[in-house]
Amino acid sequence: MFYKRFGTLAAVAVLAVSACASPGATVRPSGSTPASSAPVASGTAAPSATTGGSQVELTIESWRNDDLTIWQDKLIPAFQAKYPNIKVTFAPTAPADYNGILDSKLKGGTAGDLITCRPFDASLKLFQQGQLASLNDLPGLKNFGDVAKSAWITDDGKDAFCVPMASVIHGFIYNTDAFTKLGITKTPTTVDEFKAVLDQIAKDGTYTPLAMGTKDMWESATMGFQNIGPNYWKGEDGRKALIAGTAKFTDKPYVDTWKELASWKPYLPKGHEAIAYPDAQQYFESGKAAIYPAGSWDISYFEGKGVKIGFFGPPVAKAGDECYVSDHTDIGMGMNAKSAHQAEAKQFLDWVASDEFATLYANALPGFYSLSNNPVTLEDKVAQQAVDLRKSCKSTIRNSYQILSRGDTEKGQKNLENELWAVTAAVINGTKTPEAAAKEIQDGLDAWYKPTN
Amino acid sequence: MASLPRSPRRRPPIPWHLAVFLGPAVLLYSAFMVFPLLDSLRLSMLAPDGGFAGLENYQRLLTDGNLAPRFWGAVQNNLVFFGIHMLVQNPIGLLLAVLLSTRVLRGRAVYRTLIFAPTVLSVVIIGFIWKLILSPLWGVAEGGLDAIGLGSLFEPWLGLQGSALITVSLMSVWQFVGIPMLLFSAALLAIPDEIIEAARVDGAGPLRIFSRIQLPMIAPTVGIVAILTFVGNFNAFDLVYSVQGGLAGPEFSTDLLGTLFYRTFFGFQLQSGSPTLGATVAGMMFLMILFGVCLFLFGVQRRLVRYEA
Repeated sequence: MFYKRFGTLAAVAVLAVSACASPGATVRPSGSTPASSAPVASGTAAPSATTGGSQVELTIESWRNDDLTIWQDKLIPAFQAKYPNIKVTFAPTAPADYNGILDSKLKGGTAGDLITCRPFDASLKLFQQGQLASLNDLPGLKNFGDVAKSAWITDDGKDAFCVPMASVIHGFIYNTDAFTKLGITKTPTTVDEFKAVLDQIAKDGTYTPLAMGTKDMWESATMGFQNIGPNYWKGEDGRKALIAGTAKFTDKPYVDTWKELASWKPYLPKGHEAIAYPDAQQYFESGKAAIYPAGSWDISYFEGKGVKIGFFGPPVAKAGDECYVSDHTDIGMGMNAKSAHQAEAKQFLDWVASDEFATLYANALPGFYSLSNNPVTLEDKVAQQAVDLRKSCKSTIRNSYQILSRGDTEKGQKNLENELWAVTAAVINGTKTPEAAAKEIQDGLDAWYKPTN
Repeated sequence: MASLPRSPRRRPPIPWHLAVFLGPAVLLYSAFMVFPLLDSLRLSMLAPDGGFAGLENYQRLLTDGNLAPRFWGAVQNNLVFFGIHMLVQNPIGLLLAVLLSTRVLRGRAVYRTLIFAPTVLSVVIIGFIWKLILSPLWGVAEGGLDAIGLGSLFEPWLGLQGSALITVSLMSVWQFVGIPMLLFSAALLAIPDEIIEAARVDGAGPLRIFSRIQLPMIAPTVGIVAILTFVGNFNAFDLVYSVQGGLAGPEFSTDLLGTLFYRTFFGFQLQSGSPTLGATVAGMMFLMILFGVCLFLFGVQRRLVRYEA
């Protein structure tokens, strides 16, 4: 009798398993299925070199699956209108597989002519292995400042190997309806004004002042610490001083950043400890919160979702202080050193460095900004508000990315970026003091990092 | 005895049928379980450059100022995780099995199926459902507690250092309680009805029947359930990863050996992975599971008295 019962149970079990097999598969992060199509596309690029006289084919390697239509419909046609003899194919790979697949393609000699560059060490390694070509003689690079180039340059600053394409800017997105309703006419520019606005929103009680959770932890570090921090540590000066060893995380600017973040706790939604990034996004989207600590990529998420938004930059200590904004380098493009069409590939890269590309790209992807020195006009007003911060403030990048991110698991070293996540979330949750956070981060760094003076 | 050439006894034939029956399982098991396990142990004894490092990786994992706290923290969390399963999951499994074995209860198969159902669901779905239920923004947990007047007890449990591990453990208990229930059910059903009827005739009540007849007779199953729970818990990874992420927050309070292994072997975000050190974590997991299983087998299982049913 038992076995009979057990039989029906097993049948139910099998049904249940098969029923949830497909949703289970789709939940996984951007799977490997798109990846398999990429090698086919790139394989067609190389052999056609000599066929049609001056006709040349270039292939772009990229992890930006999402941008495929933008490249096909907008960017590549614009390029080919100027250079009809160069045919360009955009051949993306799934983001999670990109680094690995690119590495094996480069080693096997089947990689495309143009390589989309991850920032910092991943691309630096490719250059040091001789797989990315030096671009020092590319005229278009003069359009970019030092901060823009910092993600794709050797530690000594001598060799640039990718053209900076896009960055993301940090600041705060606000609910314009909420501000209007509460009679807040001017977005805050100083820390005191920022706090006054938060207090006013909290006192009114209609809206949660700040929509951010601390569960996923990276928001605390990225949208908290790296967002408001540059105004405390003076942007690039502070970032470079950390690398040079002349500043430490235990110094006042860093401890003060954590202190400021600790003071956010009462303004966050109740139960923020268990609120994840998508929760906070949906909460703000639903119009229940007034301010959302943001990365500019969030702009395109919120637009058209019902909540009317504006953007303001991280507040400064005193009115009139120089302001700094995190303008983090995210995407670049370089040239395969073994490409058969180096001259054409450089023509393309020079075009990527041009104003025309910057305008096209930034308008196609609101929230991803061209890193060019020449200002770009954007149709998206909020995206324009964010990028306007570049005019009034000095740009910097996240301090845990260049060089200091090299803590090696192999040697038992802590990774600064990952540690900042955990520690900053704990500071906002109130389970760690700013001073203890600073000491923990600096100790972790001191254990392996020796500045080279 | 004097004449050698003719052996008086026929040599038994080579037992080919043993090889035929065992062969496929042994081959598959060796290729996909034993070999990778040994190779992983070999990897854990290599230096990053591929040279032989002996037990140096293990020494560093257990004593290094940066590595050891995370490792021992994960061991401690794993013990709590296991303890909650032993104290909550298995007693509830036993209770359900006893309840479902009573003849008076109607619709036993339905209950059994429903209670077992979460076990076969994907962990990703389990994690997602529970995250929604417990969400401070739109979860039903707070409203549910409010409805019975206990709303003030609601906390963002998954985000608090003191409660995150317990919450994740209880989710896992909820998911897997069906397995001990089934094993105990099977053992209870194997007890002949005559013994229980005889006890009842002798005047024993349900509690006495349970403690004096049913429990001693299913004691071997209790041991098996304990071992299965132990092995499952020390290999756990997926639920924590799907609910709390790779950094097993807040502040590594839900970090199990499985998540520590994942971060060490594959790396996380800007942190690069280390195959050798990752294999060392896996090696320690293997040793702990081996030690625990041996302890059960030799310390507990062998001393159990088996009653022939």
